[in-house]
Amino acid sequence: MTTAIPSPNLSLAHSKEFILSLEGVNKTFDGFQAISDLNFYVDDGELRVIIGPNGAGKSTMLDIITGRTRPDTGKVEFKRDTDLTRLNEYQINRLGIGRKFQTPSVYIEHTVFENIWLSLEGSRSVWSTLFSRITPAQRERLQAVLTTVGLSDQAEWKAGRLSHGQKQWLEIGMLLAQNPKVLLVDEPAAGMTDEETHKTGELLHSLEGKHSIVVIEHDMTFVRQLARKVTVLHQGHVLCEGSVDEVQNNERVIEVYLGRKKKA
Amino acid sequence: MATQRYFRYPQPQSRLMTRTFSKRELILILLLALGGLVVLPGLNAFVPAASALHVSSFTLSVYGKYLTYAVLALGVNLLWGYTGILSLGQCLFFSLGGYALGMYLMLMIGKLGQYKTDIPDFMVFLEFVTKYPATGGLPPHWIPFKHFWFAAAMVVTVPAVVAYGFGWLAFRSRIKGVYFSILSQALTYAACLMFFRNDFTFGGNNGLTDFKFLLGYDINAPGTKRVLYLCSAGLLLLTYLFCRWLTSTKFGLIQRAIRDSENRVLFSGYATADFKLFVFVIAAIIAGLGGALFVPQVGIINPSEMSPEKSLEAVVWVAVGGRGNMLGPILGAIGINSLKSYATHAWAEEWPYILGFLFIFVTVFMPKGIIGLPAQLGEIKRRYRARQQPTAVPLAPENAPPVSSEGAGE
Repeated sequence: MTTAIPSPNLSLAHSKEFILSLEGVNKTFDGFQAISDLNFYVDDGELRVIIGPNGAGKSTMLDIITGRTRPDTGKVEFKRDTDLTRLNEYQINRLGIGRKFQTPSVYIEHTVFENIWLSLEGSRSVWSTLFSRITPAQRERLQAVLTTVGLSDQAEWKAGRLSHGQKQWLEIGMLLAQNPKVLLVDEPAAGMTDEETHKTGELLHSLEGKHSIVVIEHDMTFVRQLARKVTVLHQGHVLCEGSVDEVQNNERVIEVYLGRKKKA
Repeated sequence: MATQRYFRYPQPQSRLMTRTFSKRELILILLLALGGLVVLPGLNAFVPAASALHVSSFTLSVYGKYLTYAVLALGVNLLWGYTGILSLGQCLFFSLGGYALGMYLMLMIGKLGQYKTDIPDFMVFLEFVTKYPATGGLPPHWIPFKHFWFAAAMVVTVPAVVAYGFGWLAFRSRIKGVYFSILSQALTYAACLMFFRNDFTFGGNNGLTDFKFLLGYDINAPGTKRVLYLCSAGLLLLTYLFCRWLTSTKFGLIQRAIRDSENRVLFSGYATADFKLFVFVIAAIIAGLGGALFVPQVGIINPSEMSPEKSLEAVVWVAVGGRGNMLGPILGAIGINSLKSYATHAWAEEWPYILGFLFIFVTVFMPKGIIGLPAQLGEIKRRYRARQQPTAVPLAPENAPPVSSEGAGE
C-alpha cells in the first residue's frame, strides 16, 4: 500500500482502484473555509483513519460525501464513475455508502431487532414497506449482524435501554445490515470505556477487506490500535498521509495537532 | 373474530414483535363497539320516549358529531403522534370533505328552499343567474354534485389532492417542525378567507345549510339520523382498525423512526419525504370522511369550520387524550367535546380558559395524556418505593422511555 500523498496524476494511474475520490473540493460557510482544495482517495477494501483538530473539516467532509452538503467546487466520485454531488442522501446511501453519526442515532422506541430490520438491504419504497414481512433469509442475516456487533442478547430490548457504547455498536450494526461498500464512521469510540473502545477496534478490523471503511477519530490510542493508513486534516486540507508513526513524527502534524496535545 | 388474523404480525411465533392486539385492548374495543354500535342506537330506536333510558334523536346526533370528531382526531394522531408531524390545518380537510357532501345536499333541497327555485337559495340572492346564465345560475362545477356518487368521490379526492399538493411542496423542501405547523395553519386560514367570499360560489360566510334530503330520505327523520349515527360509529371503527393495521406494518415502524430520528432514516436509504407525504394524504382522507358525516348530522357547514382555532382544538383533543396510541385521541375528542357542550352552557365565558388550562396542564404534567395516566401513576409509585428502599436495583436507565412496559432493571 502506498503511503505517499496521492497527487492528481497518481490518482489517474490508479483510477480503477479508488472506491471514493474527492478532488479539488472547496466548501465555504458564511465566509469560513471549511474545506479547502481537498484531495482524498480511498482504496477498495481499505480501512482508513482520519484525524485532525476540531474544525479541521472532518465531519464536513463526510457531509459532502453523503450528500448532506453540496461542495462549492470540486469532484466527488464513487468508483470513479458516479458523481455524488448530484445525488441526495438516500440516493447516495442506496449506492452503498453508509454513515454512522458522531452521536449515536438509533430509533430509541424500537427494539434492537427492529432497528436492524429497518436497515436491512432491500426495497425502500413506501409500497413495499406496507406489505413486506421478514423472510427466513433476512432473519438469518439479521441474527448474523446482531452477533457481529454483540447484541444478540439484547435483541428484544428497546434501543433506548442500551448503554451509550451499545448504541454505538447498534448503529454500526445498522450500517452493516445495509451491506454497504463504504462505511463512514464518525468517532465510533466517543464516550466509550477503554474496553468498549478496544472491542470496537476489533470489530472494525474484522470488517476490513469486506468493506471500505473511513473512520474519523480523536483518540490516539484507538488510532494506534487500528494501525492503518492515517490521513491528517487541517483547515479543510490534507496535511499528510501515512502510517501512525510517520504521521506522529511529521513535524507539521506535531505543530498543529499532536504537539499541542502532548503539551496539554 | 377476523381482526385477529388481520392484525397478525409478520412473525407471530416470535416474541420480538409484540404489536398484535392485547386481550385487554380487544375486550375494551369490543365493549366500546357494542355500546356505540348496538346499545346507544338501540335505546334510541326501541325504547319508548317516555322511558328514562330513551336516547333522543338529538342526543344521538350530538354523539354522532363527536364520533366524526374522533375520526378527525385519529388522523391528527397518525400524523403527530406517530410521525411527529404537527399539522395545525387538519380541519381544512375535514371541511373540504364536509363541503363536498354539503354541495350534494344543497342540490337535493330542490324547490323546497325559500325562493322555490331549482338552485340553492344563496345562488338566487347573490344573483348568480347573471354570472352563469347558461345553467340558470348554477356554477358549472356544481353540476356533477347532483350525483351522490360524484360527491362521495370528491369527499375523498379533494382533501387528498390538496394534501398531496401542499405536502409535496412542503416535504420536498424539507420544511419541518414548527415551520410546517405554521404553514399548515396559514393554509387553512387562507382557505377559510377564500370560502368566506361570496363569489367563491360556496355560500360565503353562511356556508351550506337547510338540508332536506339525503339519498331520498328525509334528513331530519329519526331513522335517517340513526343511520347517520351508525355510519359515524362504523367509520370510526374502520378508521381505528386501519390505523392499527398501518402502524403495525414495517411502514409504521418507519413512521415512528422518522419521528424519533429522521436523519437516520434518510441516511438509511429511505426517501422520508415520500413516507411523510403518504401519511399526510392518508390523514387528509380520514379527515375528509369524518367531515362528510359531520355535515348531515349538524346540518350546516361554513368557513368557520376551517378557521385555525378549530384545527388547534383537534390537536388539543389528541394531546389531552394521549397521542401515540389509538384510543387516547378517541377518548380526548369525545371527552372534551362532551365537556365543552356542558361547559359552554354552564360557564360559557370561562370555557376558552378551561380548555387552555387543560391543555397546558396535560402537556406539562401528563405527556402521555389521560390514556397514559395509569402507567404514569405506576411509574410514580415505583419511584416512590425505590426511594423508600435506597439499596434497591436502580430503575430504568436514563434514556429509557418514561413508560416502559416491564421492570427495566437488568
